[in-house]
Amino acid sequence: MVLAADAAAQAVGLRVGMPATKAQVLVPGLVIQDADPAGDAEALDRLALWMLQRFAPIVAPDPPDGIVIDSTGADHLHGGEAAMLGTLIDKLAGVGIRVRGAVADTWGAAHGLARYGPRPTFISAPGAATADLAPLPITALRMSRELVDDLRVLGFERISDLMAQPRAPLTLRFGPELVRRIDQATGGIGEPIEPIRPPGLIEVRRAFAEPIGAAETIARYIGKLAVQLCEALELRAMGARRLDLICHRVDNRAQAVRVGTALPLRDAKRMTRLFSDKIETIDPGFGIEVMTLAATGAEPLAPKQVMTNLVEEPEPDVSGLIDLLANRVGEQNLYRAAPVASDVPERSVRRIPALAPETGAEWPCHWPRPSRLLSHPEPIDTVALLPDHPPVSFTWRGMRRRVKRADGPERVFGEWWRRDPELIAVRDYFRLEDDAGDRYWVFRAGDGEDPLTGSQRWFLHGIFG
Amino acid sequence: MRPKSAIETLRAQVRRIEGRHRRAASVLPFGLADVDSRLPGGGLPLGALHEVAGGGNGAIDGAAAALFAAGIAARTKGKVLWCMTRPDLFAPALAQAGLKPDRVVYLEGGNDKSVLACFEEGLRHGGLGAVVAEVSRLSMTSARRLQLAAEESGTIGIALRRWRRQTEASDFGQPTVAVTRWRVSALPSTPLPVPGVGRPRWLVELIRCRAGESADFELEACDDTGRLALPSDLVHGPGQTEVRRRGASA
Repeated sequence: MVLAADAAAQAVGLRVGMPATKAQVLVPGLVIQDADPAGDAEALDRLALWMLQRFAPIVAPDPPDGIVIDSTGADHLHGGEAAMLGTLIDKLAGVGIRVRGAVADTWGAAHGLARYGPRPTFISAPGAATADLAPLPITALRMSRELVDDLRVLGFERISDLMAQPRAPLTLRFGPELVRRIDQATGGIGEPIEPIRPPGLIEVRRAFAEPIGAAETIARYIGKLAVQLCEALELRAMGARRLDLICHRVDNRAQAVRVGTALPLRDAKRMTRLFSDKIETIDPGFGIEVMTLAATGAEPLAPKQVMTNLVEEPEPDVSGLIDLLANRVGEQNLYRAAPVASDVPERSVRRIPALAPETGAEWPCHWPRPSRLLSHPEPIDTVALLPDHPPVSFTWRGMRRRVKRADGPERVFGEWWRRDPELIAVRDYFRLEDDAGDRYWVFRAGDGEDPLTGSQRWFLHGIFG
Repeated sequence: MRPKSAIETLRAQVRRIEGRHRRAASVLPFGLADVDSRLPGGGLPLGALHEVAGGGNGAIDGAAAALFAAGIAARTKGKVLWCMTRPDLFAPALAQAGLKPDRVVYLEGGNDKSVLACFEEGLRHGGLGAVVAEVSRLSMTSARRLQLAAEESGTIGIALRRWRRQTEASDFGQPTVAVTRWRVSALPSTPLPVPGVGRPRWLVELIRCRAGESADFELEACDDTGRLALPSDLVHGPGQTEVRRRGASA
């Protein structure tokens, strides 16, 4: 029996569920490997662990072929749900795993949309899970094979057909599983995700005799857990890079919060500070009965000698502030600019993490650069003498400006090693000053003579101070 | 003798309420006698909030105002946090104003609110040399919070006011608690004996200054150490070139 078929196999006519002998007839010389469910499950566990360390605090394998992630409380580190799913899929594609993914309100809905959804990546808007599920086939509902076959016999093809039926006769005819699966997909009943826990995870846990709910109480216990966790980390000489706080509520749902740090951290006060920004995102519901704090990502952190020089003043440590801000606005929105050896202005700046080691590199300062660079050069109408004179006047955003002084051209050649059309592309940059004193950076696409070097149109690219 | 001592105690009380005893006495001089003499203490007070806006078109692009702020930040010690909503700042220009790329940490906030929150957090931390935030709206309340945070930590805070439309720039007329308030507009550059654009010049207006008087200066833009300069044709007294006032936006 064929158990899995990728795109190449499907192109030659192989289908899942086909007898192996038939497949061998269809494709001469087919290499057949025995199924290894245990190995598959192990690989899935490994992948889930990797996602736990990189993406979200609550991750569980969804056998045989899926992984379910609770993105609540972790997507802020990746710039939102869509960006997080995109990063995840890109990273997996980078190691040769082709995935389909979906974000939805419930596990059931995400499961169905990921496997049978209209697109390989699907983001369901909050509250729209039922509407998005309706056109999917009933196999998307995680039911046993026999149940699906029985329903097909009765003419049910899509989930919308099932939802339109009265529920009592359905339960009577097919048992409770069908209605339970529908409810799980639409959010009618909860379905907790049992998170995977790697062996050797540094984790502390606190159970409460009486469920807690007030923000101050949660903050106090976060502080206590942080102290315990720091002791555990100290025993192993580690520092935390990713911290997960999971609050198990009395109604068997889990609320998770993840914070990331730029450098290994073993300071209870700073951990508490990072989490106290996020307390408002925890919904205690009817109360929290167990809180666990885990260092999902940990790195060695050896004690460091503090500067004792009499003369030199120690550089103030800003890593605490950086962590705090990164958890507030997202890691990708906090950065430093680093030079790139490129003459094309928009390519000459690269973003590096805020706490990356200092490089000391700088841009060459031969020519003044504008303090504001438009993200897209804006076309302007100019009156200019070709081939290499600056414009005499130009019109930008509906206003005509007379050029009083000008400097240039500064010729920037295309980077042929990036794209073929850039082989002979040229930009001529000019610095213009109008009679009011405003200074602009404009360029002409092309050298003014050869139409192959560019469109010979003028653009405004930056504004000088 | 009794009434005098009452006044003395009242004065002490007022001083305590104003929090002046906490304010660091240190200032950051511009290095220009003309400018520094107008500022109480002989320079920009550290541990205070300052406002900078552009004049004319600069109210929208804030190009000259950004370089003016970069020049101030470049002359402080330590890292600089630059919060903004529109990421159109070109880092090489800041490097040319003396703010080396290793020193600046950029933060992109989604809106004014998150930028102001991060601005305050940066001021409160105390380990930074300067914090610059590009905001359009700055209410009295948030300005007061920022001023208190700056006073506590001694970090200089610069609110770079920048609006989406020219008409919104009238917001700059609203009072805030910033210690100084500047408007920087571009002027025609220093004339060169050959065709070309010389060193940029700015009309730097000190619109408001706590315990000082307003003034305006015609200055040459920041050099690569963040220092402004007095135009050479003005060093021996003003008068040759008339300072041209452009349409005031506030």
